[in-house]
Amino acid sequence: MNGLDGPDNPLPRRRRRLDRVMMTSMTLLTVLGVFWVVWILLTTLERGFEAFSPDLFLKDTPPPGVAGGGLRNAFVGSLELLAVALAIGTPVGLLAGTWLGEFARRHPMAGAVVRFLNDILLSAPSIVIGLFAYTLLVAPLKHFSALAGGVALALIMIPVVVRTTDEMLRLVPDALREAAVALGIPYWRMVVHISWKAASRGILTGILLALARLSGETAPLLFTALNSPYFSTALDKPIASLPVVIFQFAMSPYPDWQKLAWAGAFVAMVFILALGLLARWLQARGTSST
Amino acid sequence: MSDTVLLPTERPDPPAAAEPAPPAVLRVRGLDFWYGGYKALKNIHLDIPQRRITAFIGPSGCGKSTLLRTFNRIYELYPEQRATGEILFHGRNLLDPQIDVAAIRARIGMVFQKPTPFPMTIYENIAFGVRMYEKLDKAEMEARVEWALRKTALWDEVKDKLQQSGLGLSGGQQQRLCIARAIAVKPEVILLDEPTSALDPISTAKVEELVAELKEEYTVAIVTHNMQQAARLSDYTAFMYLGELVEFGETDQIFVQPRHKQTEDYITGRFG
Ligand SMILES: Nc1ncnc2c1ncn2[C@@H]1O[C@H](COP(=O)(O)OP(=O)(O)OP(=O)(O)O)[C@@H](O)[C@H]1O
Ligand SMILES: [Mg+2]
Repeated sequence: MNGLDGPDNPLPRRRRRLDRVMMTSMTLLTVLGVFWVVWILLTTLERGFEAFSPDLFLKDTPPPGVAGGGLRNAFVGSLELLAVALAIGTPVGLLAGTWLGEFARRHPMAGAVVRFLNDILLSAPSIVIGLFAYTLLVAPLKHFSALAGGVALALIMIPVVVRTTDEMLRLVPDALREAAVALGIPYWRMVVHISWKAASRGILTGILLALARLSGETAPLLFTALNSPYFSTALDKPIASLPVVIFQFAMSPYPDWQKLAWAGAFVAMVFILALGLLARWLQARGTSST
Repeated sequence: MSDTVLLPTERPDPPAAAEPAPPAVLRVRGLDFWYGGYKALKNIHLDIPQRRITAFIGPSGCGKSTLLRTFNRIYELYPEQRATGEILFHGRNLLDPQIDVAAIRARIGMVFQKPTPFPMTIYENIAFGVRMYEKLDKAEMEARVEWALRKTALWDEVKDKLQQSGLGLSGGQQQRLCIARAIAVKPEVILLDEPTSALDPISTAKVEELVAELKEEYTVAIVTHNMQQAARLSDYTAFMYLGELVEFGETDQIFVQPRHKQTEDYITGRFG
């Protein structure tokens, strides 16, 4: 505080008022944002209440009209699809993003073209990606499969990982690269040991956020993994997944199915929220130690 | 290491000083440098004497850093930068594209203006570069790390936190860690680009002391804006101006009776 800030100076008072207005409106908007999340969570919790029991995770989806049952096959199917997407999407996305972030400066034209194409892929509707995976892996083999679903999800994931890897690597200061290269470290080793390390939290955050997005994708799975009432882990068979089961059950006229859909929605929300929090936490740790 | 492979000089040596000049480790011949279309170094000729400290002085933007960055070809990270001419190191032209530049960089170390610890532990910061060229067992590596940290007077300050991140050190400690990292790979030449400009006086004094000690075993080239530092530390001084090497000679001669008016003006602070 200095003398200029006295009560008879009109400027600070106006500034303080503006400050209060801004603070209040921002708080209100934050509350509004949180409000929907809480509402959705509470609604799903309430509507699915009767379906919450250990059976939810231990029993498979029941036939229509049959009470009881759970979503075990859908949970397992979703996790398997995510695992396939992760196993394909992470290495491909990471390597392509690394090429862009570390090696494309020698090929600026090619780099610009790849970035542009990646941005298009990033904004492609997921249903188009699903159709692509369908023509690639379902139509020729004449059956739906978990593999096709995982590939469709991987195709959605790849551009996200490419983008974050590229951006995070470009945030790594050149001084760090120079320091490592000046020690006689070959460029690619420098990338692996220094750049990746320096960018690791950001890249990991990107992968987690991509996963969170994938876990809600429904459209591309309709053409690829389809759905299955049975417990299955086979990659070459159709497989149940949480979003598709929620879609199917919520649209059905059977109250038991609808309750399961609500319970599944709640679990999906919590899963996505947890991924988001984990990403947040990683980011926060990243900023405090660099 | 050995002076026997040095090429004969290609132009007459300047008149011999009182004591015989030491052999040159780096011989720069007709070096030009471009940042894209901008020519930052013009026809540099220079011999950097072995196991001596050579200081590079000159106004900001005159090309000191650029010159230093040609000695280990670090500029190659940026495709628009290029150098022509010759820099002879043990008789081989460093600018020859055939040369194994990574191996050369292990023999010509560099420390930058801003401390750049790697995002890893203090121990790993030093071991990382060593591991690249030498297969040491655990005990040998520990001994090497300790040796480098003792050399840089850092050992007592960090010996209890070798497994903590190098990023947690103070600026002065980080810079000494970077010097330790550079000498740990046992190079022949050490290039220092304003190594103390970001440091407080006490850290500066420590780094200066270390640099003075380094010349027992290493050839040192140091860029500095601090005239006292150049006069105190160096045996030879190169004065650069607008991308040209104006004057090079023994530090005493440069500071006491410079041959060029520009050098004199710069040293006495009457510049510009
Ligand atoms: N990356 C770059 N791109 C284009 N021009 C550059 C670049 N780096 C340096 N230059 C130019 O090259 C010239 C020499 O720069 P250099 O960094 O070698 O100067 P310096 O003597 O080290 O200066 P200082 O004492 O300020 O560090 C300057 O005119 C500068 O503007
Ligand atoms: Mg400089």
